[in-house]
Amino acid sequence: MTDNKDYTLKEMMAIAAAREIRDGDIVFCGTGISMLAAMAAKHISSPNSIIFFETGAIDSQLAEVPMAVGDSRVMHGSAVNGSLADAFATMQNRFTGQLVVGILGAAQIDRYGNLNSTVIGDYHHPKVRFSGSGGAADVGSFVSRTIIFMQQQRRKFVPKLDYVTCPGWLNGPGGRERAGLPEGGPETVVTDMALMGFDDVTKRMYLRGCYPGIRPEKVLDHMGFEIDISQAETILGPSEEELAILREKCDPQRLILGRLN
Amino acid sequence: MTNQMNKAPEKVTDLSEAINRYVPDGAHISIGGFTINRNPMAAVYEIIRRKKRGLHLYAHSNGQGVDELIGAGCIDRLEIAYAGSGRFASTCVRFKKAVQDGEIIVEDYSNYQMTLRFLAGTMGVPFLPTRSGLGTDIVKKWGFEKSMRKDDPKIPDKKLDIINNPFGSWAGTSKVVLVPAISPDVTILHVQKADRQGTLRIEGLPFADVVQAKAARKVIVTCEELVDTETLRGNPDHNQVPFFCVDAVIHIALGAYPTACYQYYDYDPVYLNNYRNWAGREDSYQGYLDTFIYETADHQELIDLIGNDRIKAIVADPHTGYATGLDRR
Repeated sequence: MTDNKDYTLKEMMAIAAAREIRDGDIVFCGTGISMLAAMAAKHISSPNSIIFFETGAIDSQLAEVPMAVGDSRVMHGSAVNGSLADAFATMQNRFTGQLVVGILGAAQIDRYGNLNSTVIGDYHHPKVRFSGSGGAADVGSFVSRTIIFMQQQRRKFVPKLDYVTCPGWLNGPGGRERAGLPEGGPETVVTDMALMGFDDVTKRMYLRGCYPGIRPEKVLDHMGFEIDISQAETILGPSEEELAILREKCDPQRLILGRLN
Repeated sequence: MTNQMNKAPEKVTDLSEAINRYVPDGAHISIGGFTINRNPMAAVYEIIRRKKRGLHLYAHSNGQGVDELIGAGCIDRLEIAYAGSGRFASTCVRFKKAVQDGEIIVEDYSNYQMTLRFLAGTMGVPFLPTRSGLGTDIVKKWGFEKSMRKDDPKIPDKKLDIINNPFGSWAGTSKVVLVPAISPDVTILHVQKADRQGTLRIEGLPFADVVQAKAARKVIVTCEELVDTETLRGNPDHNQVPFFCVDAVIHIALGAYPTACYQYYDYDPVYLNNYRNWAGREDSYQGYLDTFIYETADHQELIDLIGNDRIKAIVADPHTGYATGLDRR
C-alpha cells in the first residue's frame, strides 16, 4: 500500500483532493474518502468552505468521520438539517448551484469524465451490479465543478462506459449544451497515482501530474485509453502539517484511511 | 384500499396486526430512512417473518432495510437510486446478488428524481420536471419493459420523458426530464416521537420521509416514544406529518435497530459488519435469517439476542445525538 514510508496513497489522494477545494466552496460530499478530503480542506487551507450532504445537512461540523451520508454525525452542529428535496434543489438552483463543487467516485470513467456506478455488462443482465447513481447523476448534472476519485486501473479507465450513470462532458465540446444540461462539468480526477484535468477546448482528459516517484508512462499503463502526458508535473507529497491534520483531526480511528502499512 | 383522511383518535396497534392489514402480498411499498439511519427495521423484520411476497419497493437510498427485504425474498420489483450501506457495504450484498441472478427487476433513477417522484405524489400532480440525468443512461435505459407497464395499472407507461422547455429558454433551460409521480400503497416510517392519533415528530434529518408518507395511501409508523398530544402540540413547528396522513402507530423502542436513530442510538457496527459478512454466503445468510428473524417472535426478542452490552454501547450522547467515540471498525 505505501509508496513511501512516510504516507499512504490513500492519504495522498485525500490531501491532493483537499488542495483542489477553494475557500468559500460549498463541498458536496459522498461516503468515504471524499468526506476526508472536505474535512482536511476545511482544517488546512479552506476554513470557509461549507460541507454539504445530499441528505440535507448543511455546514456539518463533523466532530467524527461519518460512515455514510445518512450517519447522525452529519447532523450535529449543522446550520440546517433539511431534506433530500432541499439538498438537491440547492444544487439545481441557478445561484447556489454555481458555488458547489461535487466530489464523486465511480466504477468506470471515460476520457470525458462521464461515470458509471451502475453495472458492468448489459443493464438487464449485468455481470456485476453496483449501488447505482444515488445523488451522483444529480450532482454531475447540476454543479459547476466536480472532483472525481478513481483507482488507477485499466478496467476502470475505459474507452466506453458500460452504462452512463453520471454526466461529465458527455461526448466533448458542446455535448452538455446539446443534451440540455447546465454549464460546468468535471474538473479533476484524483487517483492513487496521479491527477488528471480536462482540456478547456477538447474537454478530453489529460495528465496534470504524478505523485512523487511515479512516471507518466506508469499511469498510461494503468489506463484503457491514451491521454496527453506532455503537461504532467510532479505533485508535491503531503506536508507534515497536512498529514498531521488528516491523521489527528480528520480520521484518528483510520476508519477510511485504513492501515498505515 | 381507498385513500381517505384518517381522523380516528386512536391508531395505536401492534406491528404484526398493522403489517398483516396494510402490507398484502404484491403491495407497492416504500420505507423511510437513509442508508444506515432510521430505517423502520422492526417493521422490515416483521414483513420478513410474515413471509410477504411479490412486493414492489420504491427507494431512494434506503440501504439496510432494502437489502434485508430483498435478501429474504419479499421483493419482486424495485425502483431505486442507490443500494448501499455506506462504509459497511458500498453495494448492498443481497441486492447485488439478486440483480445479478435475475431474481428481481430493477429500474434505476437518481436520488433527486426519486424524491421528486414522491413529491409529485404528495402534490397530486402526474409528474415533476428536473434537469437531472439529461444525456445519461438513466433516461435512455428502462428496467421495466413496455409490455409490463401496459399490463400493470400501477406502473406508468413510461419510465420518464424529456420535453423542450415550453417557456422557451426561460430560466436558462432548454430541456427538462419529467419523472412520474409515485403513490405507494403503504409507506412505513420509524420516527422519534408520535402521539396516539399519529402526528409525527422527526428529529435530525427527515431525509425524504415526509414526502414518502404524504404520497402514500396508507402509512404505518413505529416510534421510539409515544407522547401526549399536548406535548407535541406545545411545539407544533417541530412536527412534520399531521395525524390524518397516518393509519397505524406502534410504539417500539429501538425500532430502527441495527440502523441509527438520532438522539436515541447509533447504528450497531458489529451487527452491520456481521450482516455483510454473513450475507456473502448462502449457508451463513440462511443461518442469519433463521437465528435473528425467523426464530425470534418479535423485535424485542431480536434485541434480547443482541444483549445489553451492545445496546449500551450505541446509546446516543445527548450532546451529539450519536454514540460519541463508539468503536466503528
